[in-house]
Amino acid sequence: MNAKTRTVSTPAPRALAPALTRIGAMVLRHVYLMRTSWPRLFELMYWPTVQMILWGFITRFLLTNSSYIAQAAGLLISAVLLWDVLFRGQLGLSLSFLEEVWSRNLGNLSVSPLRPSEFLLSLMVMSLLRTLIGVLPAAGLAIVFFEANLFALGLPLIGFFTILLMFGWAIGMMVCALILRVGQGAESVAWLAIFLLAPVSAIYYPVSVLPDWLQFLAWSLPSAPVFEGMRAILIDGTTRLDLMAHALGLVLVYLSIGAGLFLYAFHVARRRGLLLQIGE
Amino acid sequence: MSDPAVEVSNLVKWFNGAPAVRDVSFTVAAGQTVALLGANGAGKTTTISMLLGLVLPSAGRVRVLGHDMVRHRHRVLHRINFSSPYVDLPRRLTVEQNLLFFGRLYGVPAPKARLAELAQDLNLAGLLKKPGGQLSAGQKTRVSLAKALINKPELLLLDEPTASLDPDTADWMRGYLKGYQARSGCAILLASHNMTEVERLAGQVLIMRRGRIVDRGAPGALIESYGHRTLEEVFLDIARATEPDTGGQDLRAGAAP
Repeated sequence: MNAKTRTVSTPAPRALAPALTRIGAMVLRHVYLMRTSWPRLFELMYWPTVQMILWGFITRFLLTNSSYIAQAAGLLISAVLLWDVLFRGQLGLSLSFLEEVWSRNLGNLSVSPLRPSEFLLSLMVMSLLRTLIGVLPAAGLAIVFFEANLFALGLPLIGFFTILLMFGWAIGMMVCALILRVGQGAESVAWLAIFLLAPVSAIYYPVSVLPDWLQFLAWSLPSAPVFEGMRAILIDGTTRLDLMAHALGLVLVYLSIGAGLFLYAFHVARRRGLLLQIGE
Repeated sequence: MSDPAVEVSNLVKWFNGAPAVRDVSFTVAAGQTVALLGANGAGKTTTISMLLGLVLPSAGRVRVLGHDMVRHRHRVLHRINFSSPYVDLPRRLTVEQNLLFFGRLYGVPAPKARLAELAQDLNLAGLLKKPGGQLSAGQKTRVSLAKALINKPELLLLDEPTASLDPDTADWMRGYLKGYQARSGCAILLASHNMTEVERLAGQVLIMRRGRIVDRGAPGALIESYGHRTLEEVFLDIARATEPDTGGQDLRAGAAP
């Protein structure tokens, strides 16, 4: 080894601390980006807040016209806020990845010491930050304007939030894998993917209203048991641990599939020499 | 004895059934500067990409600083770096933010101090607060080089380092690289189709054509062996050769292909 060149001490690649430093660097890069662009921050908060206001007024109307809503005033607002956790979770991961594609930075990252798994973890952290920035103000405003308190769900809210966020990550990873596989032309999927799941996620209505064959599909997604669990708390006052366990089991499967697809797509992109070309 | 900076053996890469790199073998010793010279599509960028682990070889072996780049590239990526006109730094981040980000990503112990050093060396002080997207081509190249040097790499891979630069900036860049190499002792592998650059920087030249290394040697020796006055004439001789690929056979003037 040439002594003259080894003036920067380099940490062992597999050690935890350097891995955390690299993940931190990636998060810092996105924080820099958000700091330099207030419209991005505003956009994060805009849609959840607008959605919440819309459903707040719908709730007000339905309170006097629907016995179902009258059982629990916060039902629709809680549903829309939890749906936004799933949506923002997926979009946050996909957009953080797309930022690297748009800025043609994927090549730089791919030859840096950042491992694909660390890249994924940094995308998850960014997704969490983006989701919190988007959903927390809307949840606060819901209390102020509509007396609908998402936090009244209590401790199960942590479970619901975590499961929906993880499901969002899983879908986001699949979207990123698709972009790695077919190129930037697939980026519109980042906005569309999650809405495909909305009708069978039973966000605003029980799974039982779906046709039988769609009910099977609904119960095979982690989102439907979460929303059923939310309704069980708000309407019946019961915490359904069975639904929570069902959702948790499923989300771990989906997350494994998502991570596997992302890492495989990354490997294929290396084999096909696509990492320099994506974003051009 | 230290490992060579680069050892490439029988490297092959196919893209969609077409060969991009064919049976390429070479070594870059520690502290040496080697140039891959060839026309567009000769396989230079693909070869460099395989050295970085950015592209997986179809066959052959790549070892960088003693490590297999297919299996163990993460053992060595923090000791090398690269610069290419085909990748950008994040445009919305300032130069300072970009360099601090890459400093942390490469595990540089004191990224701010390293940034200050590079800002002085590469005359970046006036650019630090400027977003990457607002830089001129010459400024971008300097910033990209700063990124490539942020971790004081033992091996620097440069893909067309002076592409799209005006002659003055290109000349400054070559001078800087020459000086940096002498000071740091790092090995440099550069891909270029700029003869001036190659003659000035490289001790060894590998001439590529259609994915193969068709000749190799010191710039002066190559010029002499082909009976020409400049490396450009050698390059044109090889680039315009109409005979089938020689697989490294002698293409020198007068020699039977």
